[in-house]
Amino acid sequence: MFVYLVRRIVNYIILTVIASCLAYVLASLSLNPTAKYLGRNPPVDPHSLQNILNKFGVNPDVPLIERLWHWFSGVLHGDFGLAINSEPISRVIWERAGISLQLLLIGSIIGAVLGVVLGVWGAVRQYKASDSIVTYLSYIVFSTPTFVIAIFLMIAATALNRAIGHQLITFTGQYSAGISGGFFTQFGDRAAHLLLPTIVLVLTSAASYSRYQRNVMLDVLGADYIRTARAKGRTRGAALIRHGVRVALIPMSTFFAYSFGTLVAGASMLEIVFSWHGMGELLLTSINTSDINAVAGSTLFTAVLILCSSTLSEVLYAALDPRVRS
Amino acid sequence: MAEPTRPLLEVKDLSVTFPQGSGDVRAVRGISYQINEGEFLGIVGESGSGKSVSSLAVMGLLPTTAQVTGEIWFDGRPLLQLNDRELSRVRGKEISIIFQDPLSALTPVYTVGDQIAEALRLHDRALTKQAAEARAVELLGIVGIPDPKRRVKAFPHEFSGGMRQRAMIAMAIANNPRLIIADEPTTALDVTIQAQILEVLEEAKRITGAAVSLITHDLGVVAGHADRVAVMYAGKLVELGSTEQVFTEPTMPYTIGLLRSVPNILTAGTERLVPLEGRPPSLAALPAGCPFAARCPIAIDECREIEPALISYDPADATHTAACHRGAEITNGELVRSEIFPRPEALVDDEIAESTEKVLEVKELKRHFPLMRGAVFRRRVGTVRAVDGISFDLRPGSTLALVGESGCGKSTTILEIMELVAPQEGSITVDGRDVSKLSRAERLALRKDIQIVFQDPMAAVDPRLPVSEVIAEPLLVHKVPKAERDAKVAELLELVGLDPSMADRFPHEFSGGQRQRIGIARALATDPRILVLDEPVSALDVSIQAGVINLLEDLKVRLGLSLLFVAHDLAVVRQIADEVAVMYLGRIVEQGPISDVFREPRHPYTQALISAAPIPDPAIERARERVLLQGDLPSPTSEFAGCRFRSRCPLYRLLPPDAQALCQSEDPELARHDGAPARVEVACHHVERNTLAA
Amino acid sequence: MSLSETLLAEEPDAALEPELTPAEQGRRKPLSRGGLIWRRLRSTPRFWVGVGLFAFLVAWAYLGPLVYPYGPDDRDIYNMGMGPTMMHWFGTDSIGMDIYAQTISGLQKSLVIGLVAGPLSTLIAAIVGSVAGYLGGIVDKSIAWVIDLLLVLPSFFLLVLLSPIFTQLSWVFLTLFLSIFSWMIMAQVVRSQTRSLKNREFVKAARFMGMSTPQIIAKHIIPNIASLLIIDATLGVAAMILSETSLSFFGFGVKPPAVSLGTLLSDGTGAALTRPWLFVFPAAVLIVLLFAISLIGDAFRDAVDPTSGANRG
Repeated sequence: MFVYLVRRIVNYIILTVIASCLAYVLASLSLNPTAKYLGRNPPVDPHSLQNILNKFGVNPDVPLIERLWHWFSGVLHGDFGLAINSEPISRVIWERAGISLQLLLIGSIIGAVLGVVLGVWGAVRQYKASDSIVTYLSYIVFSTPTFVIAIFLMIAATALNRAIGHQLITFTGQYSAGISGGFFTQFGDRAAHLLLPTIVLVLTSAASYSRYQRNVMLDVLGADYIRTARAKGRTRGAALIRHGVRVALIPMSTFFAYSFGTLVAGASMLEIVFSWHGMGELLLTSINTSDINAVAGSTLFTAVLILCSSTLSEVLYAALDPRVRS
Repeated sequence: MAEPTRPLLEVKDLSVTFPQGSGDVRAVRGISYQINEGEFLGIVGESGSGKSVSSLAVMGLLPTTAQVTGEIWFDGRPLLQLNDRELSRVRGKEISIIFQDPLSALTPVYTVGDQIAEALRLHDRALTKQAAEARAVELLGIVGIPDPKRRVKAFPHEFSGGMRQRAMIAMAIANNPRLIIADEPTTALDVTIQAQILEVLEEAKRITGAAVSLITHDLGVVAGHADRVAVMYAGKLVELGSTEQVFTEPTMPYTIGLLRSVPNILTAGTERLVPLEGRPPSLAALPAGCPFAARCPIAIDECREIEPALISYDPADATHTAACHRGAEITNGELVRSEIFPRPEALVDDEIAESTEKVLEVKELKRHFPLMRGAVFRRRVGTVRAVDGISFDLRPGSTLALVGESGCGKSTTILEIMELVAPQEGSITVDGRDVSKLSRAERLALRKDIQIVFQDPMAAVDPRLPVSEVIAEPLLVHKVPKAERDAKVAELLELVGLDPSMADRFPHEFSGGQRQRIGIARALATDPRILVLDEPVSALDVSIQAGVINLLEDLKVRLGLSLLFVAHDLAVVRQIADEVAVMYLGRIVEQGPISDVFREPRHPYTQALISAAPIPDPAIERARERVLLQGDLPSPTSEFAGCRFRSRCPLYRLLPPDAQALCQSEDPELARHDGAPARVEVACHHVERNTLAA
Repeated sequence: MSLSETLLAEEPDAALEPELTPAEQGRRKPLSRGGLIWRRLRSTPRFWVGVGLFAFLVAWAYLGPLVYPYGPDDRDIYNMGMGPTMMHWFGTDSIGMDIYAQTISGLQKSLVIGLVAGPLSTLIAAIVGSVAGYLGGIVDKSIAWVIDLLLVLPSFFLLVLLSPIFTQLSWVFLTLFLSIFSWMIMAQVVRSQTRSLKNREFVKAARFMGMSTPQIIAKHIIPNIASLLIIDATLGVAAMILSETSLSFFGFGVKPPAVSLGTLLSDGTGAALTRPWLFVFPAAVLIVLLFAISLIGDAFRDAVDPTSGANRG
């Protein structure tokens, strides 16, 4: 078992390497960092332009394969190159990673728990009014882009703040600038900022988890072992909880891995909408600034994140299902 | 009549209806029966007869949509009046149930021990975890699971099918119930395991003193065990009586027909089977009158108008009841039972010329698979020796049967032949041509000569295509022009006994038996010389099987086909085959002319197989001595020195140590033995010492 | 072996065997599979709600402009930054562009992108998945690996990465790129379905008749997962519209002056609090459109899998 987990992880590392190299190549092909130096007034002289481009390792005169190799060997030593403002990408990632992780972790965990509960509930009460309400609500959440939900919530929060005449919910940035005070003031401030983005992420992930969990649970409801449990003397409800939910959680662990990519993409949109300076924001803004190193670095970060979640889901899967372990 | 004792279970006028938009499905229609304390009742019926639904109603385990009416009294309590919580105190404690498929009936994520302990602790809150586990170990021991201390911690998937069913029985008897309902408990199991499980069930009944209600489609199983038999058809009880009465003096024509259509391993092969034509009516659109009228050769007008009640026709004996308007005539002998369903004439089978020609020759065939484990972490954990060096040949116009239990390699063998490519090891020769030397075009051409019929008629035809296209498909592949194809399709439908006007219909409009005929028609489209049949009747209801078997016999004679037949049902094999090869763990252990092998089996495995096959005759079944096998099939990956049947061999256990040594060290080859008829070969070192069957 | 294919492997259309539903047993004349699905679909109110809404939006997108005086490029300099009026139904923006006309124009674009890219990605998934699943071996392994690789990078990010390339070209390329980066999960599903179909007896029978691999895939595999593909294509339409909108919103998709619902929302965001009509109307149209498609797709999924409709135990 251990050996196979190691083998999986090695496979994942290879995937990460290739994915991030691919991202580097794609970014180098599609972005043109030279453009912003050309046409400047006064014009940048060709020699110092060469120097600048070389400093960032993005000189189009150097063959792409050589640049890739340079970048990649740097990465192996923990050097991700320089961002457009000459800050080392590794430090940028270090500063921003926590911000993104905070949002992702809280969002995905609460979302998964809520989704599972709603899904089980919907399946057990199939076609009752409560199931229909959950179903239709999840359709509506599905049908609304993440950023639209976010903006609607911002409108609602502003209205609420205005109505009570007090800044109850704050939603720009991850904390208020220049706030001072003790731990609790700081914590409270961060929590207030976290509220809206987390709600959006929880809503979107709970919507898809609950649909999936409901389907899995419906399959389980008709399973023979539920009947066996009842034949042993369990009531229907107890049999569903103790035997049904436990089995229905197994496929959820894989679904988690699949949906994580979408979650990451959604979270990065939220970072922009809520002006959070996280990894998602870095990736999206660095395209506009033609910052190849930042693009490659943040893609690498995303790939690692997704593969971590895959590994986690496989471990979870093996933990939940004895058929896989033996 | 005053009853001395109250029956344990009394079902009165029970009906179960599943409401549907397009007509309610009336699964059970007003049935009444009783089970007395300690009694063994067999409930027999085909799929859709309502036998399982009525028993689930007793347990209160039907879906919530089911509408249940009538009365069910258990030990003085009206079960239908109880709510789920009250019922749950009865379930598992006083009434327990054993389901058909023990794999899906056990929760995959809990250990077997936990699931047994759960049954115990649900009804005895004071029981500690440790005590419950100790009791679970004890129960596993009772149902015959070796090394129960270790096995109690195993998960269901680590058990074999037989062991899972034993665990289910352990769970059922955990609280010393007063009634055990066994719903097709052996249908998913091999015949030697079935014999073991039925023994365990008898043992469980003896220990707990419970009454048993055994639901099955297999008349042979009932014959050997039940005190009384109830026969169900289309949601009704149609005959009820003691086992002797029902088997020797059946009164309802359905029972009569069913008993005559079942192949019997003792008489099979000597006479033609009597088919019970037609299919049961749809439960959502029942015709007026007797539901069996459409299939009944002696139906009169009354039968089509008024549904008969379940009554006794013998003034001297009120315990034997049947539902038939002509029951009195049958009981008093005016209608002779054996003439109601006349035995069809057999086509004259020309004696197979003792030719040395072989249409199919298999030599030292081997097929090994890597065994992969794990859904996420897949890895090779060993090698399955599915087929491990077998040789046989098929003569023109004859039928060779490969028999054995699941996992013996019989299906792998025929799939390997059908590939028509060089096997891993050994050689396959079709029509005198070595398949490993064929070019692409030659292989395609040779495919015309060898065709296959699969087990499951539902799965074997593409559900999206009309029947004409299904049957014409092989012709399309071989680029036969359209006009010719259409003519051939009509001809083939006629040949397999279907109406050519049905050509435009879709497969789902046909019954299982008809669909199997479609599969046969498709296989015959290219005029093959060899027909390979993979369990062609095992997925069919008993009453349908006879018709398909007769059809295959006719086709063989009429078209001069050679049949390679794979089956696990020995009675069916005995009926149709000329030669037999018995397989065990990838090897042939005995082969020869079927009459010789079945009359006097020489290999202990063949003996066990034949003695495990149930016979639908209570007198014979009860008097039989069985050769029971120990345990389960060993893991297919295990490596064997010596004889691979050793671990389960009843003969081996009787042998002196010096004789056992030979079994341990040397793998027996198929060989002729003194005193055996010509062409009978057995792979056993100790044929001469074998006194098991004597 | 890929990370999660195992659990996507459901029984291919086994549920469609009419025998499985007692509901159909009662019919004297059994229906074909297509007929069966259609009958179940017909009796699902959700389906009709979805179809109704979708038909309305399509009709509106193409008939609406005919009876409205302003086009998407017209500017009304006398009525800049106006709320909804009789003249400008959805109001105007700060330079006097009519929001109603722009929304319709964006809706047209979204519809075209969705209706082309959704089915296209399903087509890619069907081909890649069935070939990999049927052939197995090294072909399967390499395809599975490529799918895994593409799953490691969220397709949204890949599209963002490539956006400098296709935004310079026309939005037609955006459509193509959208489908090129969104077939992976479906391909996994098709692949595992194919693998289990491959072991079904009717496929084996076809092979033993001498049918070639492309013939078997075309004649037996694809048609037997057709319902699955239709569901995916339907839901794919919604997914593609959603992707396009998100990309355009963040400036990686349709670029002005071309208009799509995404660019409209992007323009309207800044004024969402002060002039909500700029944001709310396009957002509402988008939500209704996606909602309608989801309803159709989901109703279809229920019709295909009758067990999900049975009220069990």
